[in-house]
Amino acid sequence: MNKGTKLAMGFATITLLLAGCGKATSSTSSSKSSSAELSGKVTAVGSTALQPLAAKAGANFTSKHSKVNLTVQGGGSGTGLSQVQSGAVSLGDSDIFAEEKKGIDASKLTDHKVAVVGMGPVVNKDAGVKNLKMSQLKQIFTGKITNWKMVGGKDQKIVIINRAQGSGTRATFENAVLKGATAVKSQEQDSNGAVQKIVATTPGAVSYLAFSYYTNKLQAVSVDNIAPTDNNVENNKWKIWSYEHMYTKGTPNATTAAFLKYMTSKDVQNSLVKDMGYISIHDMQVTKDAKGVVTSK
Amino acid sequence: MEQTSSGFKQEDTQPKDWAQQLHHATRATREDWLGRGISYLCIGVIILVVASMLWFITSKGIATFTQNHVNIGQFLTGTNWAPDQGKNGALPMILGSFAVTFAAAIVATPFAVGTAIFMTEISPKRGRKVLQPVIELLVGIPSVVYGFIGLAVVVPFMRHLVGGSGFGIISATFVLFVMVLPTITTMTVDSLRAVPRFYKEASLALGATRWQTVSRVILRAATPGILTAIIFGMARAFGEALAVQMVIGNAAVMPKNLISPASTLTSQLTTGIGDTIDGTLPNNALWSLALILLLMSLFFNALVRVIAKRGQLSHER
Repeated sequence: MNKGTKLAMGFATITLLLAGCGKATSSTSSSKSSSAELSGKVTAVGSTALQPLAAKAGANFTSKHSKVNLTVQGGGSGTGLSQVQSGAVSLGDSDIFAEEKKGIDASKLTDHKVAVVGMGPVVNKDAGVKNLKMSQLKQIFTGKITNWKMVGGKDQKIVIINRAQGSGTRATFENAVLKGATAVKSQEQDSNGAVQKIVATTPGAVSYLAFSYYTNKLQAVSVDNIAPTDNNVENNKWKIWSYEHMYTKGTPNATTAAFLKYMTSKDVQNSLVKDMGYISIHDMQVTKDAKGVVTSK
Repeated sequence: MEQTSSGFKQEDTQPKDWAQQLHHATRATREDWLGRGISYLCIGVIILVVASMLWFITSKGIATFTQNHVNIGQFLTGTNWAPDQGKNGALPMILGSFAVTFAAAIVATPFAVGTAIFMTEISPKRGRKVLQPVIELLVGIPSVVYGFIGLAVVVPFMRHLVGGSGFGIISATFVLFVMVLPTITTMTVDSLRAVPRFYKEASLALGATRWQTVSRVILRAATPGILTAIIFGMARAFGEALAVQMVIGNAAVMPKNLISPASTLTSQLTTGIGDTIDGTLPNNALWSLALILLLMSLFFNALVRVIAKRGQLSHER
């Protein structure tokens, strides 16, 4: 008898909990349109380069709109694009245009550019290299130059650290530097963080990072005597950069739209975006399309 | 409800209910049914999960060959891995996985067997008090910690010791050695303890020294168990992803030597899966790697069963 009562009570609790959950979800979906008090669930998944900014902005947004449940996850640009295409998430974060990714139908997705990120080559501090020509950079990553002394550095073997095939950062870098040439087979790492740590500790290492991952433990390299700075990205003197996209499938619901509006607002773009090492889309003097064609604004 | 009180009591107090008692299930019987029902349900769910996993990975893994029409022979023997450009040679990863697995097993086995002999034959007391907790501690450390230690300590150490960039099979072997050591050791300890006492007593009674007894009688009798332990260790090494990925360098090139970067099936899977799109060739090719991993772990399991069976026979003889 005693066991029976306990069981019954357990079931009752579970049913109540489930009922509670059910109510919560139904109320959120019904009050989509009311702009006075935003509520509902927003999930952003994808690019690890955008993840820190999206997470910070998301936290600020939910502190203003307490009824909004906003989740930001990584997983890679490919994951972001395929998840938003399948309708599993509300926002797909990507470093690259959807048009550039095979298997994604870009016509079904809406592009929202929320920031710009500059990327550039980084080398281990001991390599003794501070500037490279674009042609030298290409020869390094295609395996033609194998020692730092060939480009004016120390007599040390070059250790190439690549990002994984299909990574958004790698695609951006290869579009700007290799221009169609095939990179030499080398080490592959799956995140900016891993690259940062390995380049800093491995003698002779070279890789590429988003500006936001630059530290004084590694040497940022100028290309053709142009320094990797935000200003040079804004006027396109520095060619290696990409947009950070948040893709939606079709028209976003009110809460998602409000978050996108918040992300691109002057408030966020002028403070948070800059503080975290990204470049504001409002400061860009040029635009780039999916084919890589740059036009001035 | 009469049935709620136990049958024993009813027999004493109400003998006229005999007929009812014999024709109806007692409370104990019903509890038995309930227990059995729950057990079968759980077993059924587990079987369902395993079967659907097998089906899922297999169906996704063969899509490379059925949908993208990649030649299976070329997939297994090709040496160029660049699925983005339609090149799907998985041999570098297959060889990388086998290399780190065998190397780790070869390095770890002597240490594991030595530790196990110490714990069971030489100093069982200290073994249980000191070594047992140490080994259990090693099991509990998450693999990302092993990977991080590998990246921060083993890789620079190997760079100074043998040259190169430090990333490679030798660093992966070193990290995996520590990770499989507890698996092999604990299972070897079990199989040494399972050796019948009279084997040892008979050997000592015949005038054999302790070392003769250990090396020629106990180790011989425990061989099937030790082999099983090694295979379990190898299965763990073969499936380990994170720690290996952090120290092997993950370059999809044919492993030339122990100190140049290589990659394994698991490391390629974990680095690649986030940047591929469902249903495309690069994604399907990764699932094919997962299928190879699955088939290998089934093979390891089958091997363990075969050895265990042989071991049983030789014990009874």
